[in-house]
Amino acid sequence: MAKTNPHVDVVLVGLGWTSSIMGMELTDEGLSVLALERGPDQDTVPDFAYPKMADELTYGVRYQLMQRPAKSTLTVRHGVKDTAVPYRSLGSFLPGNGVGGAGTHWNGHTWRPQPQELRLKSYVGEAFGSDIIPDEMTIQDFGVSYDELEPHFDFFEKVAGISGKAGNLNGEIQEGGNPFEGWRSSEYPQPPMPRTLNDTLFHDMAKDQGLHPFPLPAANSSGAYTNPYGMQLAPCNYCGFCERYGCLNYSKSSPQTCVLGALKQRKNFAYRANCEVMKVNLDSDGKKATGVTYIDENGDEVIQPADLVILGAYSLHNVHLLLLSGIGKPYDPISGEGVVGKNYAYQMNGGATLYFKDKEFNPFIGAGANGETLNDFGVEQIDFGQEGFIGGSYFNAAMTNGQPIRNMPLPKGAPSWGAEWKQAVQESYGHTMTIGSHGSNMSYRDCYLDLDPNYTDDYGRPLMRMTFNWKANDVRMTQFMKQKIDVLSKALGPDDYKLSFKDFDSQYDVRPYQTTHNVGGAIMGTDPSTSVLNRYLQSWDVHNVFVMGASAFPQNIQYNPTGLVGGLTYWAAKAIREQYLPNPGPLVQA
Amino acid sequence: MTHRYWLAALLGCGLAGVAASATAAEQTEVERGAYLARAGDCVACHTAPGGKPFAGGLEIESPFGTIISTNITPDPDAGIGNYSRDQFAAALREGKRADGANLYPAMPYPSYAKLSDDDIDALYAYFMQGVEPVSEKAKESDIGFPFNQRWGIGLWNWLFADAEAFEPKAGQSEQLARGAYLVQGLGHCGSCHTPRGLLFQEKALDDSDDAYLTGETLGGWWAPNLRGGGDSGSGLQNWSADDIVDYLATGRNDHSAVTGEMTSVVANSTSYLSDDDLQAIAAYLKSLSRGADDEQEAQSETTPEQTEQMLTAADVADKPGARLYLDNCNACHFANGRGAPQTFPSLVDNELVNADDPTGLIHVILAGARMPSTPGKPEALAMPDFGWRLSDDEAAQLATFVRGAWGNHGGEVSADQVAKVRENLPQDLESSKPDFQD
Repeated sequence: MAKTNPHVDVVLVGLGWTSSIMGMELTDEGLSVLALERGPDQDTVPDFAYPKMADELTYGVRYQLMQRPAKSTLTVRHGVKDTAVPYRSLGSFLPGNGVGGAGTHWNGHTWRPQPQELRLKSYVGEAFGSDIIPDEMTIQDFGVSYDELEPHFDFFEKVAGISGKAGNLNGEIQEGGNPFEGWRSSEYPQPPMPRTLNDTLFHDMAKDQGLHPFPLPAANSSGAYTNPYGMQLAPCNYCGFCERYGCLNYSKSSPQTCVLGALKQRKNFAYRANCEVMKVNLDSDGKKATGVTYIDENGDEVIQPADLVILGAYSLHNVHLLLLSGIGKPYDPISGEGVVGKNYAYQMNGGATLYFKDKEFNPFIGAGANGETLNDFGVEQIDFGQEGFIGGSYFNAAMTNGQPIRNMPLPKGAPSWGAEWKQAVQESYGHTMTIGSHGSNMSYRDCYLDLDPNYTDDYGRPLMRMTFNWKANDVRMTQFMKQKIDVLSKALGPDDYKLSFKDFDSQYDVRPYQTTHNVGGAIMGTDPSTSVLNRYLQSWDVHNVFVMGASAFPQNIQYNPTGLVGGLTYWAAKAIREQYLPNPGPLVQA
Repeated sequence: MTHRYWLAALLGCGLAGVAASATAAEQTEVERGAYLARAGDCVACHTAPGGKPFAGGLEIESPFGTIISTNITPDPDAGIGNYSRDQFAAALREGKRADGANLYPAMPYPSYAKLSDDDIDALYAYFMQGVEPVSEKAKESDIGFPFNQRWGIGLWNWLFADAEAFEPKAGQSEQLARGAYLVQGLGHCGSCHTPRGLLFQEKALDDSDDAYLTGETLGGWWAPNLRGGGDSGSGLQNWSADDIVDYLATGRNDHSAVTGEMTSVVANSTSYLSDDDLQAIAAYLKSLSRGADDEQEAQSETTPEQTEQMLTAADVADKPGARLYLDNCNACHFANGRGAPQTFPSLVDNELVNADDPTGLIHVILAGARMPSTPGKPEALAMPDFGWRLSDDEAAQLATFVRGAWGNHGGEVSADQVAKVRENLPQDLESSKPDFQD
């Protein structure tokens, strides 16, 4: 028999970036707010403390901070006729576990989308004619404009203390920044991080090529910083343990360093770790949520009544919870009807590894978002009609780490074991740099999420099933980027270089790590027949359920998602505070 | 949807219970009293760990035995609910219980004697109307003969507790007078920062004596000299008034961060004071003159530049202390030893690092330290513990290095000193020692 907790005004599912932000915004309104986090509680000290965090085997290879597939996973297949099998061993993407979520173990690349990306379908139609959109491509507009989100991007960047250089201040192009970016109301809160050798080489080469290099906007602190909540970041020391690690130095923007200390001071906020939400509970007609049911740290089932339920779990789990709770109609790829699970998308990446016999890059001096980038081949720059694809990419030359197990690039032909391997390692360690292409991924009719008919989890709930594969449009995009990066690589004059890009025979492979940018499935939009959420991230079907995170993206942007996720969260919070609380109900009439 | 504070019952500071019948004027008086109780840090001693606010029960080690703080909630039996205003005043100013017995001078009544009548009234209003009564009596203090003879304290009082109500000095600005009143009175800063005499009395209770606030070692921790040295003085590590204000408001400033006993003073008391009051305290401390001896530059074997160059070059083959610094400390405090403003304390000219008694520094190395979460700076920035990783010898080499680097002048530390500190560390320390279960 489940026990029932006292009522709260708001229950937040998960305690990463989005729930931390919502916690601040809604406690400001005097609401009682409870966050339920499935993983353990964790903080810089003692959990990420020096020196134990600098342990590649434990955290980088054995994924200490990630969810355990044996506890929580999904099944994967390539097409609607295939049988999905469970993702039993972490590889392609790494959902975080514990307080802070993926916000603790990310690298810190913090971008805004291009204005065109938020209204992609309209933009393509207006600029090139909607007949260039392939039949099976299901891209949509977000339903919210860049101008509407700008103040929220700006505030999120101040909360996260981003280090960078503006390229467009209120329409004025700025030397040294990204000249192609959307307008910003203010400069980045911190100056860019200092350049490493690879940054300098890439920057100078790109300039020579007539391109427009600029520093990667980094959630790695270039100095000592205090944010609007009074929370603090300390200067990054380039230890090279960012992605897959919690920052040992208070230097990486995370819920812990940017929000949670301030939130925990509030008497009307509480959180419980090791409490996994099973489903959102609905009233008898399914129109209103009454709270959630969760399993607590002792394994007991608990009913948590609440007036407002905000899903802020990892994007895949948000979709899973909607499917399990019966909120919204599940998507059917055959009929094209239904919405929950629709438009799952990923990220189309590629890159080059350049080997220089006579250059010492000292890769152990690294930071997750250290790097020099360029946006000359972005979504907003490319003539889709002429090139024959929809999409774009940003390039970056990053030096994130010199960790010995996974960051040991060897020249072509080097043996993979034995004395000659050792010799090759000795000769080549520290002599390589990379150029990455970080590209968009469109959404397609048969790339989606639903409940698996065969596999269940520990609690007997069906696992979620991912149906996904690479499509020709996105391969054409990445092949275009390959040609560009080939030119840039040659221009740098390495002794040797390797290109690694998806090709037309590439199948989605869950084994090698690619990116933890899983988007879509609970997408936002302007029409309840084609989206799960309205433009305020509110469920069309159950008005007191809001869903944060990248699950709202109707297709993936060319950038890393966190900047957009942060901006959307503040945007939704403003709508809840100013519109929903005074008058609870649908914020957009269907 | 209703807007309410569902967790208000868990409110930490017992401010909730203002009687419903109180008039607006009474309420203002109660709130003023609550503020003054913060300034006096009453809660720090009169609350046991995990206990109800002001219900007493905290064990305070003293040279005479363990003193247990009393229940000062308005419960008529267990607390001070039956105290008249004048009995309350006598307890604060003279250390007299309602029954006439003497309080142990762990209660800083020699300082509270400075309190104005108005402030006594406000504190009385707060303790009677603003504090939740707790009906449990605190345990009796465990003081052996002859110190359990409370009449003896009368003699001690006659000798030492002769302070009178605060009077501003002629010509003293309003700000300096306010600062002096807070520092000497409610703040009772001298309790820790003024040297004590043979009978454990503070050698001075105000700035009429040059010994006032010149520093004292308590339990091995150096409570530094707070005298700023006047306009051009270099006391208080050359901190500006704003640096002092930052430190008291948030437990950190551009140079340093709070450690040891002072952490709870910032957390419970000074972080709640108004900016005006903190500025007044800072101005007053800056204004205090320093003796000629204090201004003398202590000798050091190094300069900041030499140490920074040596560490940057990692020229540490025959310098185990410097090598340990690079391996353990450099990630945050950097080769120049200066850390970063408001986040990582500078080790250069740091009072804790250079103290005669290295106990405090050793404690921080072994056990780590955590800044308090304050309203202005909510992040409880922490240094992890290194005791699990460093042997007594290594910790001693490291401490010796830090105390001699960058122009520091702290003197050597022995492995025996480290062992002693290690032995006395609390058992329930939070540790960052790796402990993986997979």
